[in-house]
Amino acid sequence: MITYIIRRLLAAVVLLFIVSAAVFAIFYLVPRVVGATPETLATRYVGRAATPETVNLIAHKLGFYDPIWVQYGRWVKGIFLGSEYDYGSGTEHCPAPCFGYSFITRQPVWPDLLDRLPVTLSLAVGAALLWAFFGVSTGVISALRRGSLLDRAAMTVSLAGVSMPIFFTGLIGLLVFSYKLGWTASGGSYTPFTENPADWFYALLLPWIVLAFQFSAQYARLTRAGMLETLGEDYIRTARAKGLPESAVNVRHGLRAALTPLLTIFGLDFGLLLGGAVLTEQVFSLPGLGKYAVDAITNNDLPKVLGVTMMAALFVVVANLIVDLLYAVVDPRVRIS
Amino acid sequence: MAAEPFLEVKDLKISFPTDDGLVKSVDGLSFRLERGKTLGIVGESGSGKSVTSLGILGLHNKRNAQVSGQIWLDGEELVSAAPETVRALRGAKMAMIFQDPLSSMHPFYSIGHQIIEAYRVHHRVSKQVARKHAIDMLGRVGIPQPARRVDDYPHQFSGGMRQRAMIAMALVNDPQLLIADEPTTALDVTVQAQILDLMHNLQEEFNSALIVITHDLGVVAELADEVLVMYGGRCIEYGTARTIFEEPEHPYTWGLLGSMPRIDRPNLDRLVPIPGLPPSLINLPSGCAFHPRCAYEPRTGGLGTTLTPELTVAGRPGHLVRCHLPTAERQRIWREEVKPKLEAQ
Repeated sequence: MITYIIRRLLAAVVLLFIVSAAVFAIFYLVPRVVGATPETLATRYVGRAATPETVNLIAHKLGFYDPIWVQYGRWVKGIFLGSEYDYGSGTEHCPAPCFGYSFITRQPVWPDLLDRLPVTLSLAVGAALLWAFFGVSTGVISALRRGSLLDRAAMTVSLAGVSMPIFFTGLIGLLVFSYKLGWTASGGSYTPFTENPADWFYALLLPWIVLAFQFSAQYARLTRAGMLETLGEDYIRTARAKGLPESAVNVRHGLRAALTPLLTIFGLDFGLLLGGAVLTEQVFSLPGLGKYAVDAITNNDLPKVLGVTMMAALFVVVANLIVDLLYAVVDPRVRIS
Repeated sequence: MAAEPFLEVKDLKISFPTDDGLVKSVDGLSFRLERGKTLGIVGESGSGKSVTSLGILGLHNKRNAQVSGQIWLDGEELVSAAPETVRALRGAKMAMIFQDPLSSMHPFYSIGHQIIEAYRVHHRVSKQVARKHAIDMLGRVGIPQPARRVDDYPHQFSGGMRQRAMIAMALVNDPQLLIADEPTTALDVTVQAQILDLMHNLQEEFNSALIVITHDLGVVAELADEVLVMYGGRCIEYGTARTIFEEPEHPYTWGLLGSMPRIDRPNLDRLVPIPGLPPSLINLPSGCAFHPRCAYEPRTGGLGTTLTPELTVAGRPGHLVRCHLPTAERQRIWREEVKPKLEAQ
């Protein structure tokens, strides 16, 4: 078990390095291929008004003329050890983990990321709780009453949920519940939990519901399919033959087995969301990582884009790691091999 | 008055409505079984053997199965009983050993957990007491170091060990009726003999009634006192094991015997299969369900294709056969035509 954990940890670290190299290459190498020069990059820092000499100087100081792997090495080193930035008018220390400075605001990226994380975290955790509960319970009830009116209604609603994009359900939700009925907050009114928990809850309620609706729909369908498959297994018949009550057969034997594959999907979905619920944050103007990423991309702000991408990658990899370890706890067959 | 039998199945019918029509898996099956006795139910795939056993335990889903007839277990009728009544009997008074012990045990729970669970459904005892009992049962079915293996998971057991654990789980509540559905089919030949021995010994020890469901006549020869041969959801021959093996009267039984490998006979490679396929349970052949595959059908004078034969007493009392051929003719065919051929095989 210990070796299994160590192996998975090492694999996760290696994976993160591969992801970082790929991301770096995409954002720094690809522009070069299509004709961007070190000067174009440097221009983003100093602005278009600067003289060619200034641009050249900055490009040198920021090392844009160095080979790409040297730049990559410097970037990775910055993440672990921090780095010094020389703007010509004195150096600035960027403490580890340093993801560089924004082209636009000249602010370091990392504190920005830390600022945005609680918003995304609030959104993701709340929505995940909702969809795990409603998705799984709807799926179980549907599976147990397969073919009933309830099952058909639930599956119709969930088909709609899977099919409708967030920017549609989100806007409809805002229109109906916020502007017409006034039950929920309108977009852009996020308040940190630490400042005012009630406002925080009020602002996030609709985003939670909208985001959870889509995932619930998906999880209800997955749970239903998984339960139906499990309930046809021989060991379910054995459980009945032992004289177990139906509820124990369905929950302890059926649901337990049906939930295991869902755990993997849940880990992935949750990890992805932590990297930024892009559409939801955009629709509800929540200042989370997703909105940060969108803004960074719109402004061509490479250090920000790199930082937020790595953050998202980290969450996905860590979520996967946790799922792998949990899997070993849940499924004894994994522990041995 | 004659004591009523421990288990009596009367005119049991189990059918499943499907889009293609009504599948009559079991169509009017009757038999009796006493404590301490073993009944072998033999037949090809789809002859209704397993459906019968699941029916006795009340394991058919009421939504997709139609069950009628009567099942009397120790004076209690099960078909019309409330589901909760049958559930309380299941695992306690009647238990079942399934075919494939790997897929029949839950992969996520340890062997011990599953046995303890089976015990605690029917006994209000602490987990520690149940655990001791589970370890004891594992020891009795011949699992070495049961106190250590009790926490193993099914995938950590070998096939034979799993079947032993499955037997331990079925026997944990001292059931008086034990149904074994193809108990050795998934096992190695060497392990098969051990498991059969074990079941035989445990049955004597517990004095339970045992139903062995199999397509393997070797298993029947090993365990059964009485044999019921099923074809197309009906009983076509019933008698003591001795009668069925030595004086069988139904052409289908002859076919089964001819297709059974026997080490004590020369020319092992010359097995004689029964021609054709098992009948469709939606549209059974008219007349005798076996007639399309029966070599002796022409000798019935056309009866075989038109009239369904009744189950009638044959050569000996208690020996029942469902065949149009006259008893004397069947006995003559067996003596003069079939038996010599089987022995020459």
